[in-house]
Amino acid sequence: MAFAWSKFSSPASFYPLAGKMIPWFAWGAAILTAIGLWIGFGLAPTDFQQGEAYRIIFIHVPSAWMSMFVYLVMAFWSALYLGFNTRLSAMMAQALAPTGAVMTFIALWTGAFWGRPTWGTYWAWDARMTSELILLFLYFGVIALRAAIEDPRRADRACAVLALVGAINVPIIYYSVKWWNTLHQGASVSATEAPRMASIMLTGMLVMSLAAWFYAIAVVLARVRTIIVERERGAAWLHALPEVAQA
Amino acid sequence: MTEFFAMGGYGFYIWGAYVVAAIAVIAEILAVRSKRRATLAETRLVAPTELGE
Repeated sequence: MAFAWSKFSSPASFYPLAGKMIPWFAWGAAILTAIGLWIGFGLAPTDFQQGEAYRIIFIHVPSAWMSMFVYLVMAFWSALYLGFNTRLSAMMAQALAPTGAVMTFIALWTGAFWGRPTWGTYWAWDARMTSELILLFLYFGVIALRAAIEDPRRADRACAVLALVGAINVPIIYYSVKWWNTLHQGASVSATEAPRMASIMLTGMLVMSLAAWFYAIAVVLARVRTIIVERERGAAWLHALPEVAQA
Repeated sequence: MTEFFAMGGYGFYIWGAYVVAAIAVIAEILAVRSKRRATLAETRLVAPTELGE
């Protein structure tokens, strides 16, 4: 176990491993998205309360889950970096931020387009929506902070601290619908309660969530590979790679 | 088909959500790809030194 860990925690050995994993996750994401959309638009019936408008759930809930989960993973790698000073951890955290921002943007946007026909408004300063917007700004903050600091090791440390401090926002988003009684509805799926949704709708949502996972893994691995190339620029192993060696 | 795209009158909201989400994902993929190409091209110009960073 310890052996495997040390083997893949170096950028030089992680780079080819990530390269092998990307097509699997990318194809998995594409296939799962196709299945999820088929369930969502082909099989799931019209909702008796919301009509067709509810079909936004198949991208809204998965992207909202991913927006929070990606942040927690980014905070995890940041903590690992601060604790063990492993460069790959900082690179992983760096690679996660833009994908987290994209997921957060999709969650906010699809939420607005769902809110308008069901609640009569695109936006309200509701606890859940406001904390999700803060999440978007936290991702932007991490990205901007890195861009503002020239020394990569200092940028790693500063971004890691910001990512960890900002992690407090994730439980606030998650529990906001319980703590404050505002516009946004409660959790769609709970571990402690039986689902209140028709099972085919739930299935579609879970397949789309799995697709979002696969997508996020593929795109983050692709991004971290570029970050490795950027930051190991002079390394001999890198110049031995066919994609770099070719003239 | 027209009925499908109308989505019971909610077509604007549903497709407004899905199309923008798709654009965001495609834009992210294209950004990652073009950044990778640019980075590889720059790296080819750098002499290997054994040292990273």
